[in-house]
Amino acid sequence: MKKILTGNEAIARGAYEAGCTIAAAYPGTPSTEILENMAKYQEIYTEWSTNEKVAVELACGASIGGARTLAAMKHVGLNVAADPLFTIAYEGVNGGLVIVTADDPGMHSSQNEQDNRRYAPFAKVAMIEPADSQECKDFMKHAFEVSEIFDTPVLFRLTTRVCHSKGLVELGERTEVGVKDYQKDIKKYVMIPAHSRVRHYQVEERLNRLREYSNNCPLNRIEWGDKKIGIVTSGISYSHAKEVFGDSVSYLKIGFSFPLPDKMIKKFAKAVDKLYVIEENEPYLEDFIRTLGIECLGKEYIPCCEELSPEIIRKAFLPEKDKKVYDSEIKAPSRPPVLCPGCPHRGIYYAVSKYKDVVAVGDIGCYTLGMMPPLSVTDIVICMGAGISASLGFKRASMKGGRDEKIFGFIGDSTFFHSGITGLIDAVYNKTPAVFVILDNSITAMTGHQENPGTGKTLMGEAAPVIDIESIVKAVGIKAEDIRVVDPYNLEMTQAAVKDAHEAQEPFVIITKQPCALIKEVQKKRANIYCSINEEKCTKCKACIKTGCPAIAFKNGQIVIDRSMCNGCTLCAQVCKFDAVEKVGE
Amino acid sequence: MTKSILLVGVGGQGIILASKILSEGLLKLGYDVKMSEIHGMAQRGGSVTTQIRFGEKVYSPCVGSGEADVLAAFEKVEAVRWLHQLKEGGTLLVNDYEIYSLPVLIGQEKYPEGIIKELKSRVENVKSFDAGKIAVELGNIKTQNIVILGALIKALRLDTLDWADVMKEYIPPRLLDLNVKALAAGMEI
Ligand SMILES: Cc1ncc(C[n+]2csc(CCOP(=O)(O)OP(=O)(O)O)c2C)c(N)n1
Repeated sequence: MKKILTGNEAIARGAYEAGCTIAAAYPGTPSTEILENMAKYQEIYTEWSTNEKVAVELACGASIGGARTLAAMKHVGLNVAADPLFTIAYEGVNGGLVIVTADDPGMHSSQNEQDNRRYAPFAKVAMIEPADSQECKDFMKHAFEVSEIFDTPVLFRLTTRVCHSKGLVELGERTEVGVKDYQKDIKKYVMIPAHSRVRHYQVEERLNRLREYSNNCPLNRIEWGDKKIGIVTSGISYSHAKEVFGDSVSYLKIGFSFPLPDKMIKKFAKAVDKLYVIEENEPYLEDFIRTLGIECLGKEYIPCCEELSPEIIRKAFLPEKDKKVYDSEIKAPSRPPVLCPGCPHRGIYYAVSKYKDVVAVGDIGCYTLGMMPPLSVTDIVICMGAGISASLGFKRASMKGGRDEKIFGFIGDSTFFHSGITGLIDAVYNKTPAVFVILDNSITAMTGHQENPGTGKTLMGEAAPVIDIESIVKAVGIKAEDIRVVDPYNLEMTQAAVKDAHEAQEPFVIITKQPCALIKEVQKKRANIYCSINEEKCTKCKACIKTGCPAIAFKNGQIVIDRSMCNGCTLCAQVCKFDAVEKVGE
Repeated sequence: MTKSILLVGVGGQGIILASKILSEGLLKLGYDVKMSEIHGMAQRGGSVTTQIRFGEKVYSPCVGSGEADVLAAFEKVEAVRWLHQLKEGGTLLVNDYEIYSLPVLIGQEKYPEGIIKELKSRVENVKSFDAGKIAVELGNIKTQNIVILGALIKALRLDTLDWADVMKEYIPPRLLDLNVKALAAGMEI
């Protein structure tokens, strides 16, 4: 049977058919739907782990315990999980272990454009790269086999276009492989120096065997066409190249991309007149080909920044004579992402925006948008967890520099569990007088509403204990008098907490508690509540518009609130000095 | 010949659902189909696009400058933003509907006037309509996306397929009837 599936759905299907029994992940675009789809299969234990390091370590344990296991994450997630990756590379596996990394060329929703193909040679693990949904499924089955035959974790490398594009996939049946027995073997599974030294030799020897395999592996294939031009490519770049050159050239299509097939590349290069290397982002293939002493055309034609497309390839290699492109005198106004109407993050940012001496270190999540005008609060964003830890450093620099800025670090609930707690402990231990705002909207919102340790539910839909953020904050040593738990829909309460925080001389925590406005139950509950403008009272001072709520507009000389967007959070009513905003419904 | 379609609009307008239904229908018609959607940050009120390519054999899911046979804009500023993707002689479907972005709402930027007129003066094949009004008349503004889908299906001359049967898989039974009507209304524009 054929079905139209996204790459992510096809990966879930492939792991299922391969007999995978355990899967763990932390959400992150474009990888999130892999686990969401795996959770639909009863045969597989799936979980949202607290972060990527936990997911990969769990996967290591599960593999050693004998289960075919998958861990999935976005590209930056592998940075968080790099520590276990580099050592499980030495230990090898028992049940097959596949680690999926989903890169984001073009940074559709990421903070950097790192090319994780570089991880495979660095960690010395096998790597597989599919080009479309069908290959996602087929190669996943292959990956589990390679993992077990060669005793290696396999890095399964995707990109946004592969994850989020749909194509036809031929479905198969699940092969039940069960869970292998576990045999104690400390020389393999306890990495003390004496054992690791021996293992390192075995890893090098494994690489030799994998290299041999790569030269004969069906995932690497040559498609002969005209031999004037030969193209070496992999992943989505293959699809783009094929779109541009069709059958008019020869291709070496690489699906097993570490170790690279040296003999195959040499043979291919020899047979063609000119060698093109078409790849997105880093010159991963090109660098290797050059080490073989082979000349090729690559990054001097195709930029390493941004997402690749047929258009870029065409411009690089087959420049067309002026093609007509429609244009317009009218300039489209920008449409950046914004905090939604009724977003509980708005109130606290509004309150903090009134203090001009605040330096705000944000973090990653919907609340990153606290940087956007008109709130314009956030000054710095780096990576998950840095909302707290980078605040500590900035505060130290500010103190050493004799400046008197107030430092506010912002972090979401999911991000706090992910990597915020360690930073907070550091703050208490080292007595760093900064303010930490934990924005608890009871969900991992940015990535599309995943459960987390604070939501009371697991990925598999079971009820779970709610890990209470306030208790954690107390337990790590923030004094009770330095903690405020506020409802961010209540502006007065929120402003009072911000005022106390602003005056504090020791580590201080504000927890804002109000669920994301897009949660289904919340939407249902608030469906008939909204705000409306009393035109007689409205002076058009636009104070309400300065909250940055996209439901409020100044149109035809009037302030209007779009009833279909408004959820009646009443922040606009609370900032109105003329009582001109009325709440309707309960 | 492979055909390329670009759907553009604003997060929350139901573009992804419309694209899914269209892809499924194309599949039923025996085409090879690739569809690509970009979500993430874009969902939060930002500009959203999906790309659909179909034909005998499709490799890349991506549509570039001057490559879209049909550009379907769910919001009119988005038609302007993505106009350069339309192929010479291609068809532009534009929903005469305004969604102000935040920079417009807070008065930093202006929502342009005369968009439809400008588009018609630039592009030979333009069809503009008010899908929101049609949807409201049918009883639910939320079917706006399906009205536009209807217009798109008509423009692609794919209206011979039983689209109600395709929609069944994507739309809950109690809303199916309404959406079938919306699709039909869109085809009649
Ligand atoms: C290491 C890493 N993993 C995953 C992500 C993807 N990601 C970005 S924001 C986010 C969720 C944030 O959730 P939360 O902190 O609860 O904030 P909210 O979006 O709900 O406001 C995730 C998982 C990332 N950027 N970096």
